[in-house]
Amino acid sequence: MASKFDLPQGTLDLLILRVVALGPIHGYAIAQRIQQISRNALQVQQGSLYPALHRLQYKKFLAAKWAESETGRDAKFYELTARGRAQLKSETESWARLTEVVALILQDPQGELS
Amino acid sequence: MNWWRRLFSSGQLEQELDKELRFHFDQQVADNIRAGMTAVKARRAARLAFGGLNQVKEDCRESRGTMWVTSVAQDIRFTLRTLRRDPSFTIVAVLILALGIGANIAVFSVVDTILLRPLPFHDSPRLAWIAGNNGTGALSDTTFRVDAYEEIQRQSQSFAEMTAYVPFFASSDAKLTGIGEPRVLPGVWVAGNFFQMLGIQPQLGRLFTPEESVKGGRPAVLLSYSFWQRQFAGNPAIVGQAITLDNRSVTVVGVLPASFDFGSVFHPGVKADIFVPAVMDSIRNWGHMLSIVGLLKPGVTVAQAQAEADVVYPQIKAAHPEWTTDLTVKISGLKEYVSGKLRRSLIVLWCAVGLILLIVCANLSNLLLARAAARGKEFAMRSALGARRSRLIRQLLSESLVLSFVGAALGLAIAYAITSYLAHQGSIGLPLLSSARLDASALVWTLLVACTATVFFAIVPTLRMSAVNLQESLKDSGHGASAGRKHDRMRAVLVVSEIALACVLLVGAGLLLRSFLRVLDVDLGFEPSHASAIKVDFDDGGNPARRGAILKEMLRRVSAIPGIEAAGISDKLPLDRNRSWELRAKGRSYPKDANQDAFVYIVTPGYLDAIGMHLRSGRDFNWADTPTSQPVILIDEAAARRDWPGQDPIGREAQGIGDGVTRVVGVISDVHDSSVEEAANPEVFVPVTQGSPEGGELVLRSKLAPGALAGSVMSTLRSMNPGQPATEFRPIQQLVDHAVSPRRFFVLLVSIFAGLGLLLASLGIYGVISYSVTQQTQEIGIRIALGATQARVQFRVIAETLKLALIGIAVGVVASFGIAALISSLLFATAPTDPLTFACMILLLVAVALIAGYLPARRASRIDPIVALRCN
Repeated sequence: MASKFDLPQGTLDLLILRVVALGPIHGYAIAQRIQQISRNALQVQQGSLYPALHRLQYKKFLAAKWAESETGRDAKFYELTARGRAQLKSETESWARLTEVVALILQDPQGELS
Repeated sequence: MNWWRRLFSSGQLEQELDKELRFHFDQQVADNIRAGMTAVKARRAARLAFGGLNQVKEDCRESRGTMWVTSVAQDIRFTLRTLRRDPSFTIVAVLILALGIGANIAVFSVVDTILLRPLPFHDSPRLAWIAGNNGTGALSDTTFRVDAYEEIQRQSQSFAEMTAYVPFFASSDAKLTGIGEPRVLPGVWVAGNFFQMLGIQPQLGRLFTPEESVKGGRPAVLLSYSFWQRQFAGNPAIVGQAITLDNRSVTVVGVLPASFDFGSVFHPGVKADIFVPAVMDSIRNWGHMLSIVGLLKPGVTVAQAQAEADVVYPQIKAAHPEWTTDLTVKISGLKEYVSGKLRRSLIVLWCAVGLILLIVCANLSNLLLARAAARGKEFAMRSALGARRSRLIRQLLSESLVLSFVGAALGLAIAYAITSYLAHQGSIGLPLLSSARLDASALVWTLLVACTATVFFAIVPTLRMSAVNLQESLKDSGHGASAGRKHDRMRAVLVVSEIALACVLLVGAGLLLRSFLRVLDVDLGFEPSHASAIKVDFDDGGNPARRGAILKEMLRRVSAIPGIEAAGISDKLPLDRNRSWELRAKGRSYPKDANQDAFVYIVTPGYLDAIGMHLRSGRDFNWADTPTSQPVILIDEAAARRDWPGQDPIGREAQGIGDGVTRVVGVISDVHDSSVEEAANPEVFVPVTQGSPEGGELVLRSKLAPGALAGSVMSTLRSMNPGQPATEFRPIQQLVDHAVSPRRFFVLLVSIFAGLGLLLASLGIYGVISYSVTQQTQEIGIRIALGATQARVQFRVIAETLKLALIGIAVGVVASFGIAALISSLLFATAPTDPLTFACMILLLVAVALIAGYLPARRASRIDPIVALRCN
């Protein structure tokens, strides 16, 4: 728990899309899932999830509907739209490229500080 | 869910948001308890993990993208509350804006109606006006003979179609009998294709058929919409029925739509009740009879048509040696012909209201600055409490916008009243004015004007106010001297520019007013006051001797009516309809293309006295001038100068009038017969017994009001001719009024605007001086306590006022010289630098400034030093 770090700008959307891609899911579960997958390494204020969810919904990357949750209470379930799926794909690719490039630069022995 | 639904279902969204976040929270708490926490601890942990609930909610709302609308609504609510707290400011500001914006919308509607909007005809940009004699001279010069019309119609390649009407309305007026009292209906003869070419669809029935336009065809008539309403109460059954016109049975084939107003397009001020097909074969030998409108082929320009006409029409003329006049034409767009002359006046009018708007803006800026001084603390406080500068600017702008829009709404109401008033002023000789109305483009203009005005008047105060210096504003106790210095300078600049603008408006209006007075002062050559005319009907069977006898008896009986000083008959009246023939001095040789036109009036003895024309030399006609005696004419001095220069024309012989040689027996002073402002034309008078009059206008000179005479005159006329139609007395003054009505219209409007500008400028002066007196209350109090007299205190305030006024006037006078040069073509007998006008307007401004400054000065001199010093 000591090495928690903040999420880089804009990556929360990508994480949400990734998590929702697995199937319809409500906000609380998304928060849990992100926490689990990242093995609690990520410092995400759970509240900040919701503005991002709504923004994605209004951009039509996510669709939402109210349905009964596993505990029997009504919850708002999100699922990926076709647009969201395409977005996830392109975002994932550009993320991969970015990390690759950054890693490349960081590994360059010439650039190491002497 | 799209943006609009998000905007309008915010309640539902709020609920869902609440439910969603609560679910999350409860779920977390439940999990925490399951993990072994106590209920209290579980809730606390959940809250910590979640973060600030309100912040999250606010962020969620932000993500909807509708927040700005909500906050604008908030701004407006807040603005309304602020404005309601200061009702006197709000009312003054809204009224000033309403006047300025209202004037702008009204003038825009007039300009739009007359200049901008296309004519209300099908394909109106392709319509062209074809005028003979290069478009100059009298109606007889610019019209065409039937043969020429048919010939150019056949040979022109530029035009898809042409049509024509007869602008000599005396011929086309018709007497309606069989329905109530006999009446003369103003009518127009139109070529058979007239309405089809203009794309006018009948409201009821049908247009003319080709058979109705040929000689011997079935007589047909179309009614104007307003006549149909008036005479037949809008009864559709009239279509297909016959009415009696000039003792002939004529079938009503249809009713024209209300939107078609012949007079307002072709002859402003002329009313047309009925339209009759012009039978070309009947009028073929009547000389110049037709005004021609052409429909250009698609893609052909007016210039191309003109170029073709310049080449082809002289060839047509050459092939017809029997035509007496050249076929030189001027082709212009119909729109240009109808309203081109007014363009400059309307643009001046438009600029005048633009200036008004600028003055309004300066005034409002000033008011807002005054308010800014009073509200400095409020804004400092809000900014200290964390309002960002952008928030303050938005607040101030929304205040200004609300003022503007309330002002604009009221302005629209004012403009609506003005335009509907103008649209019903049939006596103003401006084309198309009857169709003036507030339409969509006027509304767009309103929006534009309101927004521009807001930007103009709000920018300076807003920037000033939002850039509050916290420390200074909060520290400043209010009556200190230093805080307002910068505001004061700005306000002085605004007042000076208001005065300068008002000065420009006043000088412009003054010059136009003086021109108008000069126009009214023109010696018309006749005396319009105390003279009136009534159309008389007589049946002479075309026999001049009988005509002489009838009219002599008519005049004898009418003259016997008590109160009538003089009576005479002419077939046409000055400044009304005209006709011209050629007049040449016998034996004199003229250059080939000399324009020898002269206006011709066919009159009875006594007409000169009745209308008030002055006989310079020779004699008037008398009843001894008969069909068989020596043919005689009277001429005016313009004709004498032209045809008998340097000679006494009395007793000389003239040619061109009538069949042979006529002898000049008298010369009268010049008469302005086609325009008040243009020089007098050559004129010829012919006795009724020796010419054939087109109808008759009985002119009476009497000190009695026309209404008092009407009964006895009408019964006298009926005693001679039971078929005498009921027509109204027309005061001759009305003809003059109509002739000068466009100028009167512009002068009136520009003067009203100048008055408005003056009022606003004086309000501005008053505001600034009054404010500075309030600010200096203490200082003045000390002065008075130290022994300054009332007069001394007043003098200081008034001197300050005068300083502002004089700077403004100096700037304004310089600008006025420029403006005056621009409007010089609209002036009549008035120099653009007319010293009297400039002097009067400057004096007026100074006087108004003094009054505006005197009120605060008086207040200053009455300041009680004890009160003034204690109030801090």
